[in-house]
Amino acid sequence: MPVMMRIRGFFSKLFGKRRSRVGIYGPPNAGKTTLANRIVRDVTGEAIGPVSEVPHETRRARRKEGVEINGGGSKLRIDIVDTPGVTTKIDYHEFLEYGMDQDEAVARAREATEGVAEAMHWLREDIDGVVYVLDSTQDPFMHVNIMMVGIIESRKLPVIIVANKIDLPDAAPQRIKSAFPQHPIVMVSGLEGNNMDDLYARITEVFR
Amino acid sequence: MIHGVQIDMLSSDRLGRMTSMEKIRLILDDVRQGYIVVLEKGLTPEEQGKLLETTMMEISPDGFSGIEIETYPSSKNSEGGLLSKLFGGKTQSGRLMVIGPVEQLKLLAREKDRLIAWASAAQ
Ligand SMILES: Nc1nc2c(ncn2[C@@H]2O[C@H](COP(=O)(O)OP(=O)(O)OP(=O)(O)O)[C@@H](O)[C@H]2O)c(=O)[nH]1
Ligand SMILES: [Mg+2]
Repeated sequence: MPVMMRIRGFFSKLFGKRRSRVGIYGPPNAGKTTLANRIVRDVTGEAIGPVSEVPHETRRARRKEGVEINGGGSKLRIDIVDTPGVTTKIDYHEFLEYGMDQDEAVARAREATEGVAEAMHWLREDIDGVVYVLDSTQDPFMHVNIMMVGIIESRKLPVIIVANKIDLPDAAPQRIKSAFPQHPIVMVSGLEGNNMDDLYARITEVFR
Repeated sequence: MIHGVQIDMLSSDRLGRMTSMEKIRLILDDVRQGYIVVLEKGLTPEEQGKLLETTMMEISPDGFSGIEIETYPSSKNSEGGLLSKLFGGKTQSGRLMVIGPVEQLKLLAREKDRLIAWASAAQ
């Protein structure tokens, strides 16, 4: 493997490297789209997709091409892929509680299941690096996180773990740090924009 | 009449003789009948990903809402020591894993070396 990677590195240097595609992954409602919007907006002024307090707002992966990240004194151009939240369970009854009618809720649940499968597909085929977003008020040891980080590790993809929503009073980003000691952690609020420079510095370093 | 829940416990020997798809099919068939499945040696990350994708395809309104999976949070394997770096992801073999229907299996508490779960019989 290392030899293959060196060969690939050699060829990519020779022929000009394809831009890295960085996937924004994480459980539903972690703040992936809010964060992706902030990154993309800081650079291009546009958003990548809609945000909602209702889980599974993102049900199709969306890509923004050629976003230039400036961090830690260096620049890196990447594609950003915002993905649907990954989970092992989807029950349409949950959406009824947000005031949706039965048909809407059932349709949202169906699209959400497709969205999860699509996110997994992108990870298998088309992603070169991952920003894994976690809500700092939630338990980082949720199985889906352990599984996703395990998959990312087994594919040897570079990863940054984001402890998001640190603006909330019950945020416990240190818990995330102790859950994933083997990976770089950046603590941010995608909503308020705290600490984004740390994230940009990490992105230019890790996904180069 | 006693209301109980069936528990299917698979040894690592048995799991070792099965292909990934056989394991996934067995797990989902069990879970969809309302059984709890205990694996002595858990699925690899890749297999868990496939299980998740297959689960998504089978979810249907008022039929099947998905699975609950639990395993111990960190194992020495997943910390990627020198050996696992040298030999790639191959050394990653999961630890004990419990899988059940989301309506019937609830995790009550999770510690580093202890999981407390609650299982109820199918409705
Ligand atoms: N307080 C706080 N709320 C946040 C932050 N980031 C996101 N949110 C809120 O969390 C909710 C979910 O945000 P999204 O960005 O839609 O989350 P997502 O991870 O893309 O969710 P899915 O697409 O459904 O998987 C929304 O109500 C956001 O306003 C944050 O940094 N702080
Ligand atoms: Mg989203």
